Amino acid sequence: MAYSDKVVDHYENPRNVGTMDKSDPNVGTGVVGAPECGDVMRLQIKVNPQTGVIEDAKFKTFGCGSAIASSSLATEWLKGKTLHDANEIKNTDIVQELALPPVKIHCSVLAEDAIKHAIEDYLEKHGKTMESLHEHEHDHQDAKA
Amino acid sequence: MSLTLPIYLDHNATTPCDPRVVEAMLPYFTQKFGNAASRNHRFGWEAEEAVEYAREQVATLIGCTSKEIVWTSGSTESNNLAIKGVADMYQRQGKHIITAIHEHKAVLDPVKRLQKQGFEVTWLEPNSDGIITAAAVEAALRPDTILVSIMWANNELGTINEVPEIGRMLQSKFDEKSKPIFHTDATQWVGKMPTDVERDGVDLLSCTAHKMYGPKGIGCLYVRRRRPRVRLTPIIDGGGHERGMRSGTLNVTGIIGMGKACEIAGQEMDSEQQRLLKLRTRLEEGITAKLPMAVINGHRTKRLPGTANISFPYVEGESMMMAIKEIAVSSGSACTSASLEPSYVLKALGLGDEIAHSSIRFGLGRFTTQEEIDYTIDKVVKNVQHLLDMSPLWEMVQEGIDLSKIQWGAH
Repeated sequence: MAYSDKVVDHYENPRNVGTMDKSDPNVGTGVVGAPECGDVMRLQIKVNPQTGVIEDAKFKTFGCGSAIASSSLATEWLKGKTLHDANEIKNTDIVQELALPPVKIHCSVLAEDAIKHAIEDYLEKHGKTMESLHEHEHDHQDAKA
Repeated sequence: MSLTLPIYLDHNATTPCDPRVVEAMLPYFTQKFGNAASRNHRFGWEAEEAVEYAREQVATLIGCTSKEIVWTSGSTESNNLAIKGVADMYQRQGKHIITAIHEHKAVLDPVKRLQKQGFEVTWLEPNSDGIITAAAVEAALRPDTILVSIMWANNELGTINEVPEIGRMLQSKFDEKSKPIFHTDATQWVGKMPTDVERDGVDLLSCTAHKMYGPKGIGCLYVRRRRPRVRLTPIIDGGGHERGMRSGTLNVTGIIGMGKACEIAGQEMDSEQQRLLKLRTRLEEGITAKLPMAVINGHRTKRLPGTANISFPYVEGESMMMAIKEIAVSSGSACTSASLEPSYVLKALGLGDEIAHSSIRFGLGRFTTQEEIDYTIDKVVKNVQHLLDMSPLWEMVQEGIDLSKIQWGAH
């Protein structure tokens, strides 16, 4: 199978491989997939509780080149984003950026899932739900108005 | 000597033609191009003589007489002719067939077709070493068993089944008339290991030229003529070539290539076995010394000398293949675009999915050098380490987490 140059680049030089302390209250962890399906992705984010901005992101992935590239790219995109904006990342953005073929779209879906799970994990630690991200959005808009 | 990339380590799939084989074939394309069935002129006689000489060369390698060789297009055809031919010819004596679940598809599929047509099949499972024993075959025998088909060496693992033991067990248990016919798919075996169908009680044997440095598209079926005389219903009719068992103008150039390939294989077998075994040991030890989690599949010693099937748990098969793309090997997993099914042969050994998913078959051959093996070891070790560093599964295992106890999400 021919991989795009971007996939090969992420595979050979993965960004942000690593592990954070999952018991740290400022860390959110998302683990998705299953070994028998050939993909397991773990994505972690470290959030500044004051600003709600993701300051660091790490991943580890068991999977094909596209799965590794999707998660590596996701960590790059997550850094510096607010939780709200991180939650807006769509699998189709990943597909487009990495030029994934149709058979590899599930890798991007997995990455989007992993992002959502990591955000949810962080919010749960702070007694919040995913809906709170939207409340925040309203506040933001109100403030602008 | 400089190393040329890519490195070919997939000799269980096919082998390059030996230049000596090609040289023997060449005159028969252009000058001695006759039809071996033409009886009226010198062109035909020349071709026929060459074909008969090649028949002798093959017969010498496997320990039979030349009259017992039927030329085919390769092992798939030989297996089909053997299995369907016996089933049709002997169906009045019984409808039971014994074979194994990790045979090549060229045996599995003809047997499955017969099963649909009303034959009863016992599918033997190998032990965890990948081997079918004579005891397992004996336990499966029924009064109506007409055919036992067990491959000599497995294509994915290189493991060697107890073929001589099965042959002798059948001969000692039955008289010539009531004995089930014993067929072996010896595609991976012949040319690499000493073969004696007479001594080993084999009635039908399939083999092919392209696995032993001969050309593709030519193979043969050994059909025993005495004690017992095996009869087969042909699959291809027309012209009555090959004693009526396989019609069609003979592939003279291919046949000559196969004959020459057999002659060379016989002459160089002993030294080649030693050489390959040394290289394989170097490969396996080189990899497992640096990657202790790597698992060598199949029996440690009862294996073809050039085959190594190694699993790399906690790394995924396709990323592994991507990592070593300058080395032509075969993935144990059919991890291609659509299907994520691990190999049925590895599953037959009882390997878990996460292990069967990331297995690589290294097939060493006549032209494989130590330099190539050293390059391969280095490449595999570096890349598996790279993938392990990225693997959440490996991290969990090192933390002492039992992966089988985790509730994984559905995907």
